[in-house]
Amino acid sequence: MGVVGDAWTWLTTGANWQGEAGVWHRLGEHLWFSGVSLLVSCLIALPLAFWLGHVGRGGALAVNVSNVGRAVPTLAVLVLLTLTPLGRHGGVPTVVALVLFAVPPLLTNAYLGMREVDRAVVEAARGMGMSGGQLFRTVELPLALPLVMTGLRLAAVQVIATATLAAMAGEGGLGRIITAGFHTYDTAQVFAGALLVGALALLVEGVLVAAGRVLAGHGPNGRRPES
Amino acid sequence: MSGCLAANDWICPEYVRSRAQELADATVQHVWITGVSVLVGIAVAFPLALLVRARPAWGGPVLGLTTVLYAVPSLAMFSLLLPVFGLSAALVVTGLVLYSLTILVRNVLAGLAAVPAETREAARGMGYGPGRMLWEVELPLALPAVLAGVRMATVSTVALTTVGALVDYGGLGTLITSGLKSFFKAQVLTASVLCVLLAVTADVLLLGLQRLLTPWTRVARARSSLPIPERRPVPEPRPALQERPALQERPVPQERPAPERRSAPGGVGKAG
Repeated sequence: MGVVGDAWTWLTTGANWQGEAGVWHRLGEHLWFSGVSLLVSCLIALPLAFWLGHVGRGGALAVNVSNVGRAVPTLAVLVLLTLTPLGRHGGVPTVVALVLFAVPPLLTNAYLGMREVDRAVVEAARGMGMSGGQLFRTVELPLALPLVMTGLRLAAVQVIATATLAAMAGEGGLGRIITAGFHTYDTAQVFAGALLVGALALLVEGVLVAAGRVLAGHGPNGRRPES
Repeated sequence: MSGCLAANDWICPEYVRSRAQELADATVQHVWITGVSVLVGIAVAFPLALLVRARPAWGGPVLGLTTVLYAVPSLAMFSLLLPVFGLSAALVVTGLVLYSLTILVRNVLAGLAAVPAETREAARGMGYGPGRMLWEVELPLALPAVLAGVRMATVSTVALTTVGALVDYGGLGTLITSGLKSFFKAQVLTASVLCVLLAVTADVLLLGLQRLLTPWTRVARARSSLPIPERRPVPEPRPALQERPALQERPVPQERPAPERRSAPGGVGKAG
């Protein structure tokens, strides 16, 4: 396995980690784009999903937006956005594309989480005289949390993957190491870049799975909603 | 000479006319890469699902591995396969197969699990062996869930095939990336739209196939008194709060899958 050895050599060469095209800089870009996009997506999707779920409307929209999202090629959206006037502002097309692809899983899962809360529990809470806001805070939100976390995990994985693809549209991020390797026919660099991207994706997935477990443990089952 | 090519407009009929051959070639490549990937994916997913069913201990590792594979970004997946396959269509197909497994294995398993135990008992009582039972009883009953998985896998594979442009086997994706290099807007937009159309067409065709192959699901849905519609082929993730199935039956019986939730109890919402 010469390539693996070469990739290891590439990864252990300090010079490859430094500078504008180095791993640290690309990783920083990657995390910056991903973090900003995920935050923006949450700010857009979660309030909307909570509100739709609370009033029980817009189910078809919230569910189908995911199905539509699956049919749209990420690469095409990235390239199209790069060619629009937005493309002149570096990074903006990436963030817009990342948000577009992170909103559907967040919206769908948060909405389903809200709607899957047992109607009997909601009725009981209303019967106890809870207002809409109290109902949302102490009953619906804690019970919806596991699915909200699932949505967050799917969105994060999607964002990391899309941020990688941004390199094919000429943007920064860790994917750039891979595409640069392709341009210079440097298979070791391609392989090393792919290892880095894969490791980052799995790390994020793992952390969010663990966070979901912890939250579920201390959530609806561990602690009862007070009142 | 028309102006839209020279003006580099987004929408340019002249481009579609003059490059029809190029577009057709890219579409054909896109279709065959997607088709081969999904077919190989099905061929691999079935034995895996049967293995997991026969040895439940393997369920965790197999499902875990396919989930992990799904989390790997496509650009990295194709690059990791590069040393093995070189710049070839096999590289793209292999990557797409690995992605499709996540959806396919799960749905085949869910479909098989949804076969009623009494149906299996009856078949066994009639002298069906395991092979014949699988082929004549279980597979037909699992078909709705399996086909739902095939639809999902196909639609996402159509979209993912574009990333194959990395190694020049991306079908319409190759046109998209080469259009980016030359700032050729019409080429990028036309290829992108064709790609979405391809996904929608595949979805509609597979939906038709699903209707054709499983006519009983529609009959069952029409007569909602039958027990079949209660069996959801693909279980939704419902982690917490599952310990009260009895309460589930209490509210209005039609309150079942997600789309119908819109008409759910009127009192939800507004103030207390």
